[in-house]
Amino acid sequence: MNARILPYVLILPVTLFLCLFFLYPFVLVSKQAFSTGAGFTLDNFREVVSYWKFPISMQNTLLLAAAVVPVQLALALLMATMVNRMQKGRDIVLYIWTIPLGISDLAAGIIWLAIFEQSGFLNSMMSGLGIVDQPVNFLSYTHPGIVFLAIALAEIWRATAIMLVILVAGIGLIPKEYCEAAEVFGASPWKRFTRITLPMLRPSLQTALVLRVILAFEIFAVVAALGGTLFPVLMGETYAYQFDLLNSGAAAAMALIILAISIGFTLVILRVLRVPKGATI
Amino acid sequence: MAQIEIKNVAKSFGAYQALHDINLTIEDQEFMVLLGASGCGKSTLLRIIAGLETATTGKVWIGGRRIDNLSPKDRGISMVFQNYAVFPHLTVFENIGFGLRMQKLPNDEVTRRVERTAGLMHIEQLLKRYSGELSGGQRQRVAVARALAMEPDVILMDEPLSNLDALLRMEMRAELKGVLAESKTTAIYVTHDQVEAMSMADRISVMHEGKIVQAASPIEVYRNPSAEFVAGFIGNPPMNFLPANPAESGKWQVAGQVIDGPGASAQLKFAIRPEDLRLADDGFKAVAKVIEPLGAHLLVTCEVDGQLFRAVLDSDFKVKPGEVLNLTPQPDRVRWFDPQTTLAVA
Repeated sequence: MNARILPYVLILPVTLFLCLFFLYPFVLVSKQAFSTGAGFTLDNFREVVSYWKFPISMQNTLLLAAAVVPVQLALALLMATMVNRMQKGRDIVLYIWTIPLGISDLAAGIIWLAIFEQSGFLNSMMSGLGIVDQPVNFLSYTHPGIVFLAIALAEIWRATAIMLVILVAGIGLIPKEYCEAAEVFGASPWKRFTRITLPMLRPSLQTALVLRVILAFEIFAVVAALGGTLFPVLMGETYAYQFDLLNSGAAAAMALIILAISIGFTLVILRVLRVPKGATI
Repeated sequence: MAQIEIKNVAKSFGAYQALHDINLTIEDQEFMVLLGASGCGKSTLLRIIAGLETATTGKVWIGGRRIDNLSPKDRGISMVFQNYAVFPHLTVFENIGFGLRMQKLPNDEVTRRVERTAGLMHIEQLLKRYSGELSGGQRQRVAVARALAMEPDVILMDEPLSNLDALLRMEMRAELKGVLAESKTTAIYVTHDQVEAMSMADRISVMHEGKIVQAASPIEVYRNPSAEFVAGFIGNPPMNFLPANPAESGKWQVAGQVIDGPGASAQLKFAIRPEDLRLADDGFKAVAKVIEPLGAHLLVTCEVDGQLFRAVLDSDFKVKPGEVLNLTPQPDRVRWFDPQTTLAVA
């Protein structure tokens, strides 16, 4: 076959697939979001934004992302550096650390529910040690801080590994000679990390952060399991519009708002961590 | 003053002994080349001096200061790496100034030194570029400039020219030698290229299987190899060897000829460089096998007494495969080796 056409033929199936199952539904959702039956309107957006739960769910989602993603980034970097230094047992450690990736987010939420609920492991332990007289209901409206903490912990436990995997692969791509050169020219271990490893890791950091931030804005199941209605988030509200209130126009508008936030953050991350032309490995 | 003293240095990686009891003194401002085939331990020795590897046993001094327990940055060294290791995310300027920045030198001092060394290496016009925008030769220059900018006592180079093409390598060889002589630093240079070693070194340490076989000036290594390995490794083509049997005292029977030699009694090996053979009426009966006209001279591969034997002859000389030549060795260029110890016999 003609060598100029062949590449396009090869990507044709996946292009069709994406058009059919991503682009087409996206167009449908957009149409739904921008109409209430008669022509173009922003009524759906006005409705969801003016609802009293919108600011609080927006705030919760952003707060959670702001609390969880930096911790995950720091942990993933630390773990990736440790794995990279290991001579033996590297693979087994990596497998164990990535186990949470194989668990669905709802299951992860339920695991942490089993720890924090009134008859859960934490209460059993604390009453066993004599710290509390009777079980405490941690996940109630009286302890909003603990609800937030439980959700954040569950998210960190569940989704750090996805960043870890990307960063381990990225660190593995940096030739050892650069760190050796930095060492010879007087860079301390910390300087080598901040001046050599981190800048050279930018492409991987981009990927890991974009992926993780988008997923953070889509948080749903873990919150549903641990916080229920105590901790409204954007995705939970979208679900409520669609299935409780049967208002698919409003649900579509919410979905587009989440998409817009994700695109905005993605652009910021790509811009901040961009690699100048000619400065790649 | 930066004399380097290496005493009883050995290194093993698990069960594999990479270096055996290395002892070497490199004088201040000397250009020392570690020469050997890959896997002979030359890079390991360099990395031990740099502090990138730790010796299993042994001690190293630079300028009278013991440094084998110090971190690389405290050793007064800088290094040029085989793949240059020019940081891709920094400009050429920041690459050259990297070590100076790590020492927290003031900005104008960094600028002064970077511009000076960039000038030495003729890369002033590249200071704002990234390494991805440079050619291999330019990257090489950046790597050398970065090492020189540190104004180190000792500069270590690990096969710095091996990734350049032949013409560029020859050009850089001469330039590097000039720049280093001017900078008055002690240099250790690792290479597997004997021409590079011969042309640049004040002294060559020929390494083989984790040992230094001979450490001497290039001419000495070439003329008077201390061991059979050196004789067979240095020179292109290398020395010819023939078995020698004792005749009367001080005379040796070599391929039907009687040649003056040392007074030892047992068997010896006769050795001669291909260019130290002359055509004569009498001499080794050499059957020409392959004739290679190389322009400057004629390389004739022949067979003497069933052994491979090469001669470098004048390029005007006419010879065909199968012809028999009479080759006689220049008496003062004949060398002898003990086949038991493989060492030279005077």
